[in-house]
Amino acid sequence: MIGGLFIYNHKGEVLISRVYRDDIGRNAVDAFRVNVIHARQQVRSPVTNIARTSFFHVKRSNIWLAAVTKQNVNAAMVFEFLYKMCDVMTAYFGKISEENIKNNFVLIYELLDEILDFGYPQNSETGALKTFITQQGIKGQFQTKEEQSQITSQVTGQIGWRREGIKYRRNELFLDVLESVNLLMSPQGQVLSAHVSGRVVMKSYLSGMPECKFGMNDKIVIDKQGKGGATDDAAKSGKQSIAIDDCTFHQCVRLSKFDSERSISFIPPDGEYELMRYRTTKDIILPFRVIPLVREVGRTKLEVKVVIKSNFKPSLLAQKIEVRIPTPLNTSGVQVICMKGKAKYKASENAIVWKIKRMAGMKESQISAEIELLPTNDKKKWARPPISMNFEVPFAPSGLKVRYLKVFESKLNYSDHDVIKWVRYIGRSGIYETRC
Amino acid sequence: MPAVSKGDGMRGLAVFISDIRNCKSKEAEVKRINKELANIRSKFKGDKALDGYSKKKYVCKLLFIFLLGHDIDFGHMEAVNLLSSNKYTEKQIGYLFISVLVNSNSDLIRLINNAIKNDLASRNPTFMNLALHCIANVGSREMAEAFASEIPRILVAGDSMDSVKQSAALCLLRLNRTSPDLVPMEEWTARVVHLLNDQHLGVVTAATSLIITLAQKSPDDFKTSVSLAVTRLSRIVTSASIDLQDYTYYFVAAPWLSVKLLRLLQCYPPPEDTALRSRLTECLETILNKAQEPPKSKKVQHSNARNAVLLEAIALIIHHDSEPTLLVRACNQLGQFLQHRETNLRYLALESMCTLASSEFSHEAVKTHIETVISALKTERDVSVRQRAVDLLYAMCDRSNARQIVAEMLGYLETADYSIREEIVLKVAILAEKYAVDYTWYVDTILNLIRIAGDHVSEEVWYRVIQIVINRDDVQGYAAKTVFEALQAPACHENLVKVGGYILGEFGNLIAGDPRSSPLVQFNLLHSKFHLCSVPTRALLLSAYIKFINLFPEVKATIQDVLRSDSQLRNADVELQQRAVEYLRLSCIASADILATVLEEMPPFPERESSILAKLKKKKGSGKLPENVNGNAELHAEEPAAANKASPPPPTEVLALNPTPPAAAHSLLVDVFSDLSAPTAVAEDHLSRFVCKNNGVLYESQLLQVGLKSEYRQNLGRIYVFYGNKTSSSFLSFSSWVSSSDVLKTQLNVHAKAVEPVIEGGAQVQQVLNIECVTDFSDVPVLNVQFRYAGTLQNIEVKLPVMLNKFFQPTEMTSQDFFQRWKQLGAPQQEVQKIFKAQHPMETDAAKAKLLGFGVALLEGVDPNPANFVGAGIIHSKSAQVGCLLRLEPNTHAQMYRLTLRTSRDSVSQRLCQLLSEQF
Repeated sequence: MIGGLFIYNHKGEVLISRVYRDDIGRNAVDAFRVNVIHARQQVRSPVTNIARTSFFHVKRSNIWLAAVTKQNVNAAMVFEFLYKMCDVMTAYFGKISEENIKNNFVLIYELLDEILDFGYPQNSETGALKTFITQQGIKGQFQTKEEQSQITSQVTGQIGWRREGIKYRRNELFLDVLESVNLLMSPQGQVLSAHVSGRVVMKSYLSGMPECKFGMNDKIVIDKQGKGGATDDAAKSGKQSIAIDDCTFHQCVRLSKFDSERSISFIPPDGEYELMRYRTTKDIILPFRVIPLVREVGRTKLEVKVVIKSNFKPSLLAQKIEVRIPTPLNTSGVQVICMKGKAKYKASENAIVWKIKRMAGMKESQISAEIELLPTNDKKKWARPPISMNFEVPFAPSGLKVRYLKVFESKLNYSDHDVIKWVRYIGRSGIYETRC
Repeated sequence: MPAVSKGDGMRGLAVFISDIRNCKSKEAEVKRINKELANIRSKFKGDKALDGYSKKKYVCKLLFIFLLGHDIDFGHMEAVNLLSSNKYTEKQIGYLFISVLVNSNSDLIRLINNAIKNDLASRNPTFMNLALHCIANVGSREMAEAFASEIPRILVAGDSMDSVKQSAALCLLRLNRTSPDLVPMEEWTARVVHLLNDQHLGVVTAATSLIITLAQKSPDDFKTSVSLAVTRLSRIVTSASIDLQDYTYYFVAAPWLSVKLLRLLQCYPPPEDTALRSRLTECLETILNKAQEPPKSKKVQHSNARNAVLLEAIALIIHHDSEPTLLVRACNQLGQFLQHRETNLRYLALESMCTLASSEFSHEAVKTHIETVISALKTERDVSVRQRAVDLLYAMCDRSNARQIVAEMLGYLETADYSIREEIVLKVAILAEKYAVDYTWYVDTILNLIRIAGDHVSEEVWYRVIQIVINRDDVQGYAAKTVFEALQAPACHENLVKVGGYILGEFGNLIAGDPRSSPLVQFNLLHSKFHLCSVPTRALLLSAYIKFINLFPEVKATIQDVLRSDSQLRNADVELQQRAVEYLRLSCIASADILATVLEEMPPFPERESSILAKLKKKKGSGKLPENVNGNAELHAEEPAAANKASPPPPTEVLALNPTPPAAAHSLLVDVFSDLSAPTAVAEDHLSRFVCKNNGVLYESQLLQVGLKSEYRQNLGRIYVFYGNKTSSSFLSFSSWVSSSDVLKTQLNVHAKAVEPVIEGGAQVQQVLNIECVTDFSDVPVLNVQFRYAGTLQNIEVKLPVMLNKFFQPTEMTSQDFFQRWKQLGAPQQEVQKIFKAQHPMETDAAKAKLLGFGVALLEGVDPNPANFVGAGIIHSKSAQVGCLLRLEPNTHAQMYRLTLRTSRDSVSQRLCQLLSEQF
């Protein structure tokens, strides 16, 4: 179990230090600073073992969060907790920065006391936490006895993530499918590795204690239905179904039901939350194709030509496109010509950055650059790092489709049809690289 | 100088550095540096030439980036260009860059060397200095090669500026340190020495440093420097401080130069010339006198400088060791320092006193400070100072104060710092042994030692106490009584159990008369410790038990019961199990007489140097102790003797239970400790193989392989012996030598070169043996190999295949010649004939090969019978050459050979016949 939790700034000064167990000594704080933050070489592993003590760390901008333990804990659990901790802090005071942490340190200690007990993670649902840990100081005198007892029953009860008696005039539901597509492609256009990691994020403003059911084009579900129901239906939807490699759910989803029937049913928390996370590796729609062409002219010149092709419906528009072409370390000058967008040589990053605001599907665009090189002493050859790309497209590259989201509330008088539902798909680039 | 300050400013550099300093994170820093590098690249690439100022600025930036830990792979050319600039600042930055970033890039090195050459020839002192500094900073072999001849010339040139001479001397010093072979000093020696007379004190200081290094290498060449150094020293010491203006440091006249001169004088014995000698004595006296004067300043620098000169002077006095008055004065001066409140000074005083104690003149004077030193031992807060105090106590110890010192050290041991405990233990053990008048005191001391610091008592210490107890009849009873009492303590150290087990096993009978220590009580006492001990100790205790059976028949049944128990007979440890089984059988089968013989009391050990001393020396060698600290007159005398010994006396020998072990328990009883008893194997069977062969494997065991490669020419031979370590751990104190019988020594000279004392696991070392045949011989020399493996000493003896026939030189002759000579050698004692049965298949080719390998020339068509072999050759020895004819007649039907040999000397005939007949 987690023995303690430390937060450091970029210099390694301790901002927050909370020790949960006696086996963690005072020197653990310094051990992490000396061996990780001030380490001579770059720290690659997120888990560091120093003197039989394990340190798990994540970094948010310039802030280090480190969980420390002497026991053999589940590392995935610790990291999940650290991420959750970041989410909670972001929900409370926005961006995690040294300034914000210093300004809210009382709040952070209060949160740490609540979400971790003797090193065991507790309820870390932001919505629930916000009911009893507030930034506005003590509201004791305004809170009625009733409300207090309600909080107690909710926190200790079966559905800790939702309080009772929520009422909305308009019952609304927002569903976002956010995906990031990762790719590594050879110069010849061969896919070396590709996967999509996606999240389904929901914002629910529903009254009472509604029971929801979420359906998507999961291959297993569709196949099962196909067997039971009409065959033509299966044939029609078979093509669109997707194979999900693995998925995780928010705590509100009834896992037993998912295991037996593979249906996703739940009582949603109020407000924004992440319903599920998933990953697919098959039949990915790659939104862009990058075709690089690099020619070395003598020892002092390099010619680069890069073509990008968009590969989706012409009616859709990709946004925020950015292509990053690395340049050799001995570049002394760059001339760039591009038809569309803006391109610039950024010396501080050793790359040519080409930005295009918008681009429709089934189009192509190209850039060419001449790079002048300075002759150097060592014969080391340039390693030719891959060309990377960033973009945003309004569809899910994995092919995931939301089939339905049904809402049942038996006690209150609104039905599935009265709920206003919005669905949005956003596909972003993760690490999207092409070798050159 | 507004213009210069603008040029020096380099605002761009300042901005860049402050940008870097302001970076919040590592990533931001890398970004800023990348940007700057791109900028510099574009500037260097640019078509229009850069002016000196911006070139300097960018090179500076590159240097800064490099010092931040980033790789720089360009800009070298620009830096080299800066070298040829005429502006000092630009040249300086260029040299700085080269000094920091130079690598052995051939084309650039040439350019750099060229620039340096130009500067050295420029006659501009600042430029020359820059160039000299660069050479010294880089100090590579290439630099040394290029300039080693140039710099001495600059150093001694009459027209060189003082500052240039100074730099040249230091530069030469540096080159001399890195590649001494490249710096020829012969022709310059006299003129360099004369630099000591230079008017400029800076030049003298630098030159002294150089001369010290050179004089240490070749003292004879620089002998003349002594008189100059003394003169110079006396001038400094006697001068009023005003004379030296710049070189007076906090009222001390030229302290650095004085210290260096004193060091230089320490390279030589006291000067022979009496005038010079008295002048030096006068100087040293003045320095000692000055130390008595009240300090001229309260500043710490003043006293530091003064004490530095003083301590160096004392070091010189100790080095000369010839002026009793000076030595005593130095000792008194150090005695004052012993109570100084400055810790460093106390440390230095203790350290110097250690060396003083070794001088016969001052030994007594040092002894007067014993109380102070003892109190230092107890009260010092710094462990290193306490360590010096221990060293000094050790050094000042003699018969008169040994008891006091040993008692103090033992007392201190209880509270001593862990890092120095082991050393103190060794020292106490040595002192106790060396100055023991009465051995009961010695036994008490060592047992106390084991009681107080058992963990730090090394094997050698308790081996030694056992050796001494066994060799001294008078203390045996006392020792037995004392260990018996010591063992009664509820918790005693394992080493004490070992000593106790051994001594009671040998001499338990001496105290058995007392009912309080009856045999059974003794046994029960020992056995109560048995289960708490490690395996080697248990093995030793088992040996003690079997000795008890011999000493006290009345406890035989009890001990047999113990040996019979499952925990012994079925012990998981092979060694213990074997001992239990064999001892049990021995006690059951053997009669009392046999037992008494087998388990006889140990005979006295041969007197030899204490192994503890060797251990302490080994520690010193590892750099824990400065070399001259432990000096005691007596100790020093012993040292060469120890060095002559190839290896320290083997500890296992100390413990051999019985010198004449019976065959029944051979390997067990020889040696209590090791299951790998040291076998003395004389391998002979391989020998005959080498009669007709020169190369091959001579000896092989699980540990070691010995291979041979030999070549002979006339009466000389050379054998390469290869020792291969077949194990994964290394052999320690390895040594090998060749021994011959007394007769053989006059006949054959064998010279073995020394080998490395350590053979790493899996490694092979080579030894060269040079052999000269004086006259004919028949014995065979023996190769002795000794080494320590896994704590056990291994002894191997192998006969070395050096036979008479190795010195054969084949001779070709015609049939006529052969028979003529055959007839000449017709005297009966010259011919030897032998008829013998063939041991190998009778094949013509094999026989031919053997005869050729034997060394003779085979003569075809001499003998009428083609099946017979006829050969001729000459044996070369230093005294004579012996002609030799042979005839070998095989008889295939009877499987027999007839061998006939005729030589001019009968002993040769006999020996050759014997050697050759074994081969067929």
